Amino acid sequence: MSPGAGVEAVLALVVITDLLLLGSSRLRSCIRVVAVQGIMVSLLPLFLHGGEGAARAWALTAGGVAVKGAVFPLVLLRVLREAGVHREVEPFVGHTLSVLVGASALVAALWVETHLHLPATAAGPLAVPVGLATMLIGLFVIVSRRKAITQVLGYIVVENGIYAVGVALVGGVPLLVELGVLLDVFVAVFIMSIAAYHISREFDHIDVDQLDRLRG
Amino acid sequence: MDAMTLAPFLGGLVLAPLLLGIVTRTKALFAGRHGAPLLQPYWDIVTLLRKGATYSRTTTWVFRAGPVAGLAATVGALTLVPMGAVPALLRFPGDLVLFAYLLGLLRFMTVIAALDTGSSFEGMGASREVLFAALAEPALLLGLAAVCLQTRSVSLSGILAAVTTTTWSAQGPALALVAAALGIVLVTEAARIPVDDPTTHLELTMIHEVMVLDHGGPDLAFILYGSALKLWMLGSLLVGLVVPIRSGHPILDGGAFVAGMAILGLALGTVESSMARLRLVRIPKLLVGATALALLAIVLVSR
Repeated sequence: MSPGAGVEAVLALVVITDLLLLGSSRLRSCIRVVAVQGIMVSLLPLFLHGGEGAARAWALTAGGVAVKGAVFPLVLLRVLREAGVHREVEPFVGHTLSVLVGASALVAALWVETHLHLPATAAGPLAVPVGLATMLIGLFVIVSRRKAITQVLGYIVVENGIYAVGVALVGGVPLLVELGVLLDVFVAVFIMSIAAYHISREFDHIDVDQLDRLRG
Repeated sequence: MDAMTLAPFLGGLVLAPLLLGIVTRTKALFAGRHGAPLLQPYWDIVTLLRKGATYSRTTTWVFRAGPVAGLAATVGALTLVPMGAVPALLRFPGDLVLFAYLLGLLRFMTVIAALDTGSSFEGMGASREVLFAALAEPALLLGLAAVCLQTRSVSLSGILAAVTTTTWSAQGPALALVAAALGIVLVTEAARIPVDDPTTHLELTMIHEVMVLDHGGPDLAFILYGSALKLWMLGSLLVGLVVPIRSGHPILDGGAFVAGMAILGLALGTVESSMARLRLVRIPKLLVGATALALLAIVLVSR
């Protein structure tokens, strides 16, 4: 298989994980799906910049897989266990409709990309639209779901989208900057998970739409 | 007209019930039983054909016309379906639309015959069948459209003849997505688990089976044979796409295709033995997902 086909397969899997996240109501499988997506996105530098500076690409991939594929799911699954919540019961937008929204986000991202006049990249013509669509879908997950955990997942998905666009467009970001961003995301998810844990301990639920009705 | 032109049509007519037999036998083996002989579907059809039919006084000619017209539409659709590289009996640009809507005509005849009985259960099954078919149709047509764009051909025979190992190495992800979408359409349209259970005995959970409860004798034989042909046709599209052996030698290509169909039968049996049915409310989600996969394949191909 040529490297182009490898990138294409990875991008297709990213979109499929987007749609699975939108269509799935079990929080446990949502977390797994986002972990798979994180691993897929982390593989991109290896396919794109594996030739020159191989050590850098490997370091990025290893860091991404470790944080997004192992640490995030473990932390989130732990919060889930403590909170005793298993399903996204009544999202603001239903799951089937969400999948359609995700498909239209992909079409919108493709349309936007044709109007952007971006420089041609080694990642092929699909990386930028898929990244944009992933960002849009992440934002949509944040606004359309009730549980705090799903919103953390939406945040991770947005970050995955930004990362995909960044890797495709800018090849030469220093390793230190990339790892710093990864660390930022890690800390953000960590703090959000702790916040979700404390919400669930204090109020016995993690429904964010009920937070505005709380009185001390 | 040489023998190879007729092979996909006659092969389908003869072998379709055997595919059903393979699925049933696989399920029996998984359950630890010996199972019915592979040729059992043929004997079932022959037995039913020798019986007489009973018609309720409340039904009209629509009920009697349903199975016959349905089988005619199915056989018509079979003339358009190629065996992998071996082209179909009839082929012209745009025949895939005719194929999709001949299957639609079959569904319409089954549904209208079911409604003609006035039974509430059959009406329920008919409404489910139509709902799922409406959701499966975009997945089928968009999936085929993706392959059309890739192979620059708009007939089923042309599409499947152009899918080779080079197509797969160039556009593997897109073709795999189309294959997944077609697989979901196959289990929906052919009423197999996880969408519908062909052996269920509870009317409330039936989709396809409940619509044919009032048919008997030759009519039921036509319906059983028609659904075997439908499974064979949709399976042919899937196998033709997934088994890209195009040696140019008709016997070798046909052999690879038949072997692929046998593997498809084993795979269907395995899926049916290892999965439960989905809840009815989750099936639309599955079909919308299939449509989204087909759409993604079009995006991948057109870039």
